[in-house]
Amino acid sequence: MNIQEKVPLRGPYWDGKVSEIKKKIQSIFPGGAWSPLYDTSHLPPERSDVVIVGGGVLGLSVAYWLKRLEKQRGAIRVLVVERDHTYARASTVLSVGGIRQQFSLPQNVQLSLFSAEFLRNINEYLAVVDDPPLDLQFNPSGYLLLASEEGAAIMEHNVKMQRQEGAKVCLMSPEQLQKKFPWINTEGVALASYGLENEGWFDPWCLLQGLRRKLQSMGVLFCQGEVTRFISSSSHMETGSGEQVTLKRIHEVHVKMDRSQEFQPVECAIVVNAAGAWSGQIAELAGVGNGPPGTMQGTRLPVEPRKRYVYLWHCPQGPGLEAPLVADPSGAYFRREGLGNNYLGGCSPTEEEEPDPGNLEVDYDFFQEKVWPRLARRVPAFETLKVRSAWAGYYDYNTFDQNGVVGPHPLVVNMYFATGFSGHGLQQAPAVGRAVAEMVLEGHFQTINLSPFLFSRFYFGEKAQEHCIL
Amino acid sequence: SLSLVTPVWNRGTSGIRGLSKAVDPEGSQRKGRTLLQFLTDRFYDVEAVREYLLRKQVLKVQKKNRSVTYIKERYGPYIAGAYFILKLGGSVKFRDREWMRADERGLSSLEFRKLQEVPLEAVDASGCAINYQGLDNLLALKELQSLSLRRCPHLDDWCLGRLYQLADSLQELSLAGCPRISERGLACLHHLQNLRRLDISDLPAVSNPGLTQILVEEMLPHCEVLGADWAQGLKVGPEEQSQDAAGSPIPA
Repeated sequence: MNIQEKVPLRGPYWDGKVSEIKKKIQSIFPGGAWSPLYDTSHLPPERSDVVIVGGGVLGLSVAYWLKRLEKQRGAIRVLVVERDHTYARASTVLSVGGIRQQFSLPQNVQLSLFSAEFLRNINEYLAVVDDPPLDLQFNPSGYLLLASEEGAAIMEHNVKMQRQEGAKVCLMSPEQLQKKFPWINTEGVALASYGLENEGWFDPWCLLQGLRRKLQSMGVLFCQGEVTRFISSSSHMETGSGEQVTLKRIHEVHVKMDRSQEFQPVECAIVVNAAGAWSGQIAELAGVGNGPPGTMQGTRLPVEPRKRYVYLWHCPQGPGLEAPLVADPSGAYFRREGLGNNYLGGCSPTEEEEPDPGNLEVDYDFFQEKVWPRLARRVPAFETLKVRSAWAGYYDYNTFDQNGVVGPHPLVVNMYFATGFSGHGLQQAPAVGRAVAEMVLEGHFQTINLSPFLFSRFYFGEKAQEHCIL
Repeated sequence: SLSLVTPVWNRGTSGIRGLSKAVDPEGSQRKGRTLLQFLTDRFYDVEAVREYLLRKQVLKVQKKNRSVTYIKERYGPYIAGAYFILKLGGSVKFRDREWMRADERGLSSLEFRKLQEVPLEAVDASGCAINYQGLDNLLALKELQSLSLRRCPHLDDWCLGRLYQLADSLQELSLAGCPRISERGLACLHHLQNLRRLDISDLPAVSNPGLTQILVEEMLPHCEVLGADWAQGLKVGPEEQSQDAAGSPIPA
């Protein structure tokens, strides 16, 4: 028989125990780690290796490539946190859905080329046993970019670079243009570049659903909630030259449930910011930009939401089935939609005309005053068009150089960015997802070198300017 | 009926897994869901084996469509294209020669060496498993006049976007019966201005065959387009009906 020593009711042993018991009781309440009293199956898991903030096409693409490139099956636990499962305001589904290789930076051309190959073989990449194959509704009609006198030299230079990267683009003079597309008015056009292969438009909703379906079969966890807080720890270090640097590491992500105060702290190793138009807010939550201006600590993520309108109109005498997506030098663009002579189009406003991004209301006066005159000048048949409907969506606009931000933050060491693509995010999403997954798993870019797109360029002032923005 | 207890590691995900059926809700409620699908939902091993078999099928088609670069370098593009088509099971016709098809004994290399400089004029790849990669071998044939791609199961809209490279010489094209071609792919045939005969009948993925035919005819004014008869869906109007009854019958 064991003789137990009598333990006194006070003293260090019991004090320690009491505080443990108090902590345990506190953890039963909402926000705590242990919850035996009520059902938590609707909450995200308590621990996850990677938390992806944002469930749009970029976030899902990062999740797909993380699971595809992991060394062992089931090695990485990925959680995708999306605030709105109806995707009512997400840029992905409100997009016009175009894909082109006609960019001014070689990295953008490479990204688009790989994404075109991904979309072409989408039923091999995203195949799920027993589910029907995906039909992306791709129109291989190409993009036709028109340039005036000032832009002609730049366009020639760009096309040469695009051809070197492997894009199939041809240059056309105004006479050739008039012969090929008789419905264009070539007044003011000095040169045109026409994408012949791997360019066109597709259905972004189908891509999104395909990715979701494949991710669910690969075991990625989805959660509908909003990220409200990051719990991080800082460590003060000294660089080789003696400067003081504060490195931050995010330990927990607080995910708040929809329409409730309930939240779940998710312990994570890596956070991927793919929140699109709201990436700036997420970055601020993580402490990016909290510091004196002019230092790396004080450099904010310059991504903000910009509202863009897309109008749908009907024009019975409009361009025929062969019409590509035509982009005027003034910034107006349009493309065919379906067989019934309906067209989609819009125009990027100048800085002064920028609409307020607070809501997604459509301004039809903008069409009357800015878009229609430019379109009617370029395609005379559009004088007699009738607007059917319109919608508005957000660009995750990078105010610095209109190109994406990819890769880790230099100070918040475990936050990776995949955002800021200013209107060409959808078409580059598969390639960007692979690049971020390579960065996370290997530590460097392996297939496409996206070092011009790292965050540090905002501090050093190295612009990777994209000129061909629609 | 059998009811398996879902294993512990599945518990957290079974609710989310159920969402994957949201894409095809009727499928999951279909009576007679096979035992194989049932097992695939519950056992990772079965799922892995089925994924592997699916992947093997895809790889088989890709293997068939590999580029025959070594033949192209040795014998030239015409022989390479002919070899590729004959291997897939189609037939080819060189200029001033008869149609050739691969027989059971395989391809004899003797007659090929004689035909090195003779351009390939017509290719019949009906029913062959040609895809986007395989078209590489055909697009090098700059004197190709007639191309028949009937009932090719892997030919889709992306592939049609590549046919502009044959615009100078192609006069006859047939796409009848291809399950994956839709009106979106037909839109990029406008590059083929020398085309004189186009067959787009019996394309199941085209949503509106009559309207598509009208639009394609407008797009290619010099070409004779064989497709769905655009009048087939129209009903005879009342005036025409009475005329038919009143007028003398015209012998057919």
